[in-house]
Amino acid sequence: MEETRTIPGALSNERLQLAIYASTKRLMDHRSGAITPELLGDYQELRTQANALKKHTIDNLDYYLEMVEERVTAHGGKVVFCETGVEVSDFILKLAKERGARLIVKSKSMTTEEIDLNERLEDHGLQAVETDLGEYIIQLIGDTPFHIVAPALHLTRYEVADVFQEKLGVEKETVPEKQTMIARAVLREKFLAADIGITGANFVVANSGAVVVVENEGNARLSSSAPRIHIAIAGIEKLIPRAQDLGVFLKLLGRSATGQPLTSYTSFLSGPRRGDEIDGPEEFYLVLLDNGRTKLLENPDRRQSLYCIRCGACLNHCPVYRKIGGHNYPWVYSGPIGAIITPQFHGVSKDPWLPFASSLCGACAEVCPVKIDIPKLLLDLRADVTKDKEQKGKSGSERLAFRMFAWMMRRPKAYAMAGRIGALFAPQGSPWISRVPWYMNLAPIRAWLSQRDLPPPPPKSFRRMWKER
Amino acid sequence: MSREAILGRVRTALGRKAGQLPGAIPDAYLRPPAIDDLTGIFCVVLEKLGARAYRVSSMADAREQVSVLVTKKTSIASNSAVLTECGVTGLPGVRSGVTDKQELRDLCASAEVGITSADFALADTGTLVMLSSGEEARMISLLPPVHVAVVPASRILSSLDQLLTTLPLPAERTSSMVLITGTSRTGDIEQILVRGVHGPGEVHVVVVESAQKW
Amino acid sequence: MPSVVSLFVTCIVDQLFPKVGMAMADVLGRIGYDIDFPEAQTCCGQPAFNSGYRDEARNVAEHFLRVFRESEYIIVPSGSCTSMITHHFRELLPDNAEVGRIEAKTWEFSRFLLEVAKVEDLGARMACIATYHDSCHALRELKIKSGPRRLLSHVQGLDLREMDTAEECCGFGGTFSVKFAEVSGAMARGKIDSIKKTGASVVVSIDSSCLMQLQGALHRAQLPIRTMHLAEVLAAR
Repeated sequence: MEETRTIPGALSNERLQLAIYASTKRLMDHRSGAITPELLGDYQELRTQANALKKHTIDNLDYYLEMVEERVTAHGGKVVFCETGVEVSDFILKLAKERGARLIVKSKSMTTEEIDLNERLEDHGLQAVETDLGEYIIQLIGDTPFHIVAPALHLTRYEVADVFQEKLGVEKETVPEKQTMIARAVLREKFLAADIGITGANFVVANSGAVVVVENEGNARLSSSAPRIHIAIAGIEKLIPRAQDLGVFLKLLGRSATGQPLTSYTSFLSGPRRGDEIDGPEEFYLVLLDNGRTKLLENPDRRQSLYCIRCGACLNHCPVYRKIGGHNYPWVYSGPIGAIITPQFHGVSKDPWLPFASSLCGACAEVCPVKIDIPKLLLDLRADVTKDKEQKGKSGSERLAFRMFAWMMRRPKAYAMAGRIGALFAPQGSPWISRVPWYMNLAPIRAWLSQRDLPPPPPKSFRRMWKER
Repeated sequence: MSREAILGRVRTALGRKAGQLPGAIPDAYLRPPAIDDLTGIFCVVLEKLGARAYRVSSMADAREQVSVLVTKKTSIASNSAVLTECGVTGLPGVRSGVTDKQELRDLCASAEVGITSADFALADTGTLVMLSSGEEARMISLLPPVHVAVVPASRILSSLDQLLTTLPLPAERTSSMVLITGTSRTGDIEQILVRGVHGPGEVHVVVVESAQKW
Repeated sequence: MPSVVSLFVTCIVDQLFPKVGMAMADVLGRIGYDIDFPEAQTCCGQPAFNSGYRDEARNVAEHFLRVFRESEYIIVPSGSCTSMITHHFRELLPDNAEVGRIEAKTWEFSRFLLEVAKVEDLGARMACIATYHDSCHALRELKIKSGPRRLLSHVQGLDLREMDTAEECCGFGGTFSVKFAEVSGAMARGKIDSIKKTGASVVVSIDSSCLMQLQGALHRAQLPIRTMHLAEVLAAR
């Protein structure tokens, strides 16, 4: 497997750069094509509505959690609240044991990636098969998803051919259509033999006790309909109040993610089969996961981090993501949304560099369907990082530099003097500067010069020119 | 218990008490578009999705169209009254009237075509709305590689917004409502579009425009 | 119409690109304004704010408020510095009434020309093929997009061609440019590829920080394309 997991590696991997660039560009173009004034004249109004609905739900989350629990129960299902990922897998292992279940089919769910569910289930002798094509390939390789919506974005057909040959024992096949059919045949057997189907949930509808699962392949429909038991796993933040609110959210999700007004399948599932329904699961469980989300609820400014509907638009538009790729983020959630939720879940001292890995261009906020102010949260987290470092006595030279900066910027004469002194030391006369004398070779200057030239200091500052005009 | 712990933490973080009602909720935002030619728009959009649309003016013509699509193939049909009415269930090679779950699944797994009606259709997105019931099982529109749907034109709504206005609580009617928009597809390998990954790769919708309301 | 405008040239223009400040003063003077340059000005504090040093940024912001207290119009040749003042001072000083007053008085240069001075044709002349780079704060926080293009459309002899990635970040981002230098450099090189495709010999922006990033990368790539601030183009005769 080619290098994707370091920043220099990703940057120098030309094929990867092309793959990321082309894929994200395609998704960006599809999105903008789907939200033109002719097709979606009230796009901006929808974003405002979506933000308001999410705010209302999150600000009253306990009320809606109890509502969904009541509704699920009324329809013959069961809600299981889990504080941690371990509790989720414990619940599933216990249920599987009680039911004699051994084979599980799974449709794509970032929440289950977050808690490493498959690993834990496999450790206890269950087989948990990913059925989304991209996730299936990733699972065979033993890799992690590269993008929230396109997990195998970084792979070529040749890499897929190799892994199918190695892991499935089939002849080497490099045509994507044929590769897909190979996977389809293998997975169909699994769907029909599986004891348990696990899905995620794009939305959890409080007044209906329902999960909404949005997909293009059909594997979520199969995972939720073929096995006897359907378990839907969702973070507590996935709630929306009413089925009618899907009018807002579904209009935004497909278009923001892939440019589709609606994906091939949108399932609205509210429990085990009932009445005279012929097929469908006999048992339905909705697992509602905390895993640190309640921490993010505490700060009213930062609660908006939980509004995310996992469309991936921020990834596609982020110039940093488009260069470093999903594997260079420390957690399963990558891109701008990953950059703001990771420090809030794990604490700022774990990956203190992450909030700074952004030029604050704001492209993410511009495209976020639920109007999360990602740049503001990045700035807030940066302040958290410096405070954290100060409290731990790890401030270093940067704090000193900014103290001096502030000191100087309040004293115009000192500032002007510093300017004149600095100009004296810098190389004069050359158009732009490629190297500096040893005494100027500080880390920031070295870093700058590693990529581009420095401007030559002018003979006079503006203030001198102005004075002398 | 985890339930109490989580709800407790949520309430503490939000400054809310148990049993406290929520603040005012924003109104539901539904804006069904005004579409005159529902059938026309539905068919155009459906074809753009890579599915096929056929407009017929009678149940007999519907049967005719379906027979073309299923000739020499094994088919499993749902128990929809629409299909019985137009005589599709009587076509050669078509099994129907199955109510046993396992038997139905086996038939769906081996059939080449699944034939259903649809509870609603949505014109502006080319969508079929299937509610699971004694008449319409989930697997028929899912397992076979080809899906044929016979839909009375009177069931075509303008949009998802109109569906949610007409049916604000789908969960009261069914455990499963599925919106089917085009064929099964993926772009997971090099972003190349492939149809028929797990669900049907071919979708044919026969729209019956007759005076009768279904 | 006011007769006096105050210039906040920004620390980067003051120290590294003084001609931008002179050009801006020239243009404003030509259309009838008297220019006030409060000498005690230094910086808006953005470098500290963006690096997470809020106390330090606050101190610098307070100095700015003092220096420009009496000004009626504060003209700034930078989108990012303008948005620091008009959008972020309030986060640093939420209870300070002076902040609201300063927000209303602070104008990015191109916006001032169009919306206050109500001038579109500055009588400028520059024969060249040019392309315009939308700096991020200007575009997304201040919603400045068509204004500079309108001003450029009146420059005699200037053939303005859009690059296909005009709205993409140049990669400067303040300390991001040195903390994540490789990514920053890769972003700059991506912009340069777009610029080359337009055939432009001049890249124009309203932010000197972006121009410094792009010019540095252009020069390293030994390309004969130069960067100019909008003020310099509008001052050209």
